[in-house]
Amino acid sequence: MPLTDSLRDDILASVPSLRAFAISLSGNGDRADDLVQETLLRALANIDSFQVGSNLPAWLFTILRNLFRSDYRKRRREVEDADGSYAKTLKTQPAQNAHLEFEEFRAALEKLPQDQREALILVGASGFSYEDAATICGCAVGTIKSRVNRARSKLSALLYVDGTDDFGPDNTIRAVIGGSGG
Amino acid sequence: MGNVERVMKDVKPKQGGLNSEIQSRIGHQLRAMYDDVVRQGVPDRFAELIRKLDEPGAKAAVADSTPKTDGRD
Repeated sequence: MPLTDSLRDDILASVPSLRAFAISLSGNGDRADDLVQETLLRALANIDSFQVGSNLPAWLFTILRNLFRSDYRKRRREVEDADGSYAKTLKTQPAQNAHLEFEEFRAALEKLPQDQREALILVGASGFSYEDAATICGCAVGTIKSRVNRARSKLSALLYVDGTDDFGPDNTIRAVIGGSGG
Repeated sequence: MGNVERVMKDVKPKQGGLNSEIQSRIGHQLRAMYDDVVRQGVPDRFAELIRKLDEPGAKAAVADSTPKTDGRD
């Protein structure tokens, strides 16, 4: 359909949640905003293919997710670098419990496989139905459900269960807290 | 313990019955993180972008102004 005023307003109204989704996916605010910008440009360039009455946010999220996926493949090496700088950031931050808990959560989220992370965010934070999330991710509803379940299990294990071997940042955080006392 | 946690079978809770509490904390933190960004609203750069694209001749601008991806692979 053509870009009407109301469609333009609806697209603009989706920007805050597109940004939140992009930041959750990429863990990087600047890159997230580039992703959102590219999403808007793609959406407007292809607005004729948007079906009246279909789900605009789901359409926009689909575009953003696909852009992120192709971008991610190109930048995998950079992402690994970002983990290193993340650890440095932690050491400069004094032990403020709420903030640490938040950072710990973000770090755990970044450890999830991408499929699981995006499914969890779409359903658990963006508020999409399993059906919409399946459309956005181009997979079956059952696949989304299983990814969300696995994401939740893994986050529990990373954040709240002692004795997990492979969770570096958690140990880093403990070391920071413990280290401040000597 | 038992059938409630079938979904979480690869998680070994420290104590029984903790998982639903953990799940609600995870849900809460996830939404807190997300809503923190949503509450920032629409940054000017996006409002301006959409406004510019409304001007005559904007179709060409769409093609021109794809964001900086560097073209590096």
